[in-house]
Amino acid sequence: MTGQIELGLLVAQARKSFGGQLALRDVDLEVLTGEFFTLLGPSGCGKTTLLRIIAGLELPDSGRIFLGGREVTHLPAAKRQVNTVFQSYALFPHLNIFENVAFGLKARSFEPDEIKRRVGDSLDMLELTGLEKRLPHQLSGGQKQRVALARALVNEPEILLLDEPMSALDAHLRTQVQEELRRLQRRLGTTFILVTHDQDEAMVLSDRLAVMKDGQVIQTGAPRSVYSKPTNQFVAEFLGAANILPARRDGDQVVTDLGPLRLSEAPRWQEGRLAIRPERIQLEDESPGGAFNWIRARVREAVYRGESLDLWLDPGPVRVRTDSRGHLGPGDQVSLFFPPDALVALDDQPM
Amino acid sequence: MTESTGRKARKMISWRGDVRDARELRLAGLALAGPPLVWLATLLALPCAALALVALAARGPYGQIVWSFSAANFKRLLGYGLFGWSPDFLLILLRSLEVALVTTVVCVLLAYPLTFHIACRPRKARVWWLTLIIVPFWTNVVVRTYAWLLLLSPQLPPAKLAAWAGFVPPGGALYPSELAVYLGMVSTFLPFMALPLYASVERLDWDLLEAARDLYAGRWTVFRQAILPQTLPGLSVGLVMTFVPAMAMFVVSDILGGAKQMLVGNLIQLQFGQARDWPFGAMLSMALMIMTLASLALCRRRPKNL
Repeated sequence: MTGQIELGLLVAQARKSFGGQLALRDVDLEVLTGEFFTLLGPSGCGKTTLLRIIAGLELPDSGRIFLGGREVTHLPAAKRQVNTVFQSYALFPHLNIFENVAFGLKARSFEPDEIKRRVGDSLDMLELTGLEKRLPHQLSGGQKQRVALARALVNEPEILLLDEPMSALDAHLRTQVQEELRRLQRRLGTTFILVTHDQDEAMVLSDRLAVMKDGQVIQTGAPRSVYSKPTNQFVAEFLGAANILPARRDGDQVVTDLGPLRLSEAPRWQEGRLAIRPERIQLEDESPGGAFNWIRARVREAVYRGESLDLWLDPGPVRVRTDSRGHLGPGDQVSLFFPPDALVALDDQPM
Repeated sequence: MTESTGRKARKMISWRGDVRDARELRLAGLALAGPPLVWLATLLALPCAALALVALAARGPYGQIVWSFSAANFKRLLGYGLFGWSPDFLLILLRSLEVALVTTVVCVLLAYPLTFHIACRPRKARVWWLTLIIVPFWTNVVVRTYAWLLLLSPQLPPAKLAAWAGFVPPGGALYPSELAVYLGMVSTFLPFMALPLYASVERLDWDLLEAARDLYAGRWTVFRQAILPQTLPGLSVGLVMTFVPAMAMFVVSDILGGAKQMLVGNLIQLQFGQARDWPFGAMLSMALMIMTLASLALCRRRPKNL
């Protein structure tokens, strides 16, 4: 590694519509070489369309696509060094596992010995050795997914695209597969672009992620920064839970329905909204007199979640996530501390 | 629940065909399959046996069947007649096979683009397209074939164009000809190919086509590995439904083909009709049946990887 940052993929002003409906509105995207990048958003946000445009399975109405500095906007899928793991895996049902994985190499007329070696290596890497002669319908969901991965990776693509690859797996298996996928990407150093609507998955896997909504990229960044510094209400609420507080600026503090609050970074607006994560609000029985950002509240409802205890508080409603060993219940009086650095001023204006 | 309603419920369940063990299942199966088996035995197997018997009999001087058995009809089929050997009958059989095969292949070549076109239309438009295929399918084949006769007549543009290009003499019609027979055959049998194929194409998993494209496949490989295996069920039904009746077809070749385009269907019709030679007609029918079954058996041997 030279430490030099290379641009693996550049999407510039990509626009696509289907039957008059805009699926992508002039999207810009930069993905670095060797990065695990995630397109995160609710269904219908255009993330899959963007992925298909990168794969070459769909052509954009306008805009340009560059792969490793080379323009590929009008190249078909077969001419791009990009391979896809489909949501349905799309394994060829009449071909056995070896033939499935060998498909791309065979289509490009590799030598039989070379095919055998590379397919063997990639089956080995994904712990599929011994299943060569099986047909796809004889495999479990997790095995099918690994075959789909092997079939794409054996071609040594510049970028591997993954279209909701975990959606067909049960929750327990999903966590395990996520870890494997992460390790695999680290080991290969291949650029991975994942499409998902699952924010946990995006958070666990990505080096960086892009939150999409209505055919637009709303915020891009490392999971930590997007989570802790969401720029608007949609991102704040889509990525985990958030308390949204309408607020008005007053000197060096802001006034909310809960009272005056201080922020470590002053908002750029006169009137707008603040966001704070439920787990960042600190809970004490007694408040120190006179200090700022302390608020007295009463528990309205307590929801036990195993790993945490969620409290809905009056005034508010404010949601606080606290240690599940606590025994607070409806009617209890508490004091809340809002750390100034946990309060984020959202950029978007109230509708 | 009282005793009587309980018994009544049990009775109802068993009446509805509920089975409790393997023996009852066999009995129920036999009871259900019995009538169709009897039907098939009396109306298919017995006539076939009768046909085989008649095929070995001889024709009397007045066209009656004379029950003296010999292989004479078989020899005649192979071409050994009064005046030495001639391959006429064998050639007719061969030509029938050729016409049926070509018809089937042309139907496949037309049905694939057609069914893909329909499957890619919006739902409502698909119904109209399918109706366009099914309506002629409901029309009597004789009526449809006469329609072709009109379409290919000297007064209409296709024949005029052909005359202008020198393919037919000025003022001539496009029938009787091989082309006219194929036009009639293909238009008759296209629905038999297109409808079963459509059933497969409509349920196509398009992800597989995209996966093939994503894995560097060219057009042929996409068809061979992603489309063909998925449409094989519909295609094989279509092949049988087209090839088998095409082998026996005589209306189209009779009307559009003239005397030169005689097929085995026409020959059989001739034996049972004008020639009043039922034994030889029966022999020809047996030959047709065996050839058809042999072709189907050949088809069933799936190529590897499919």
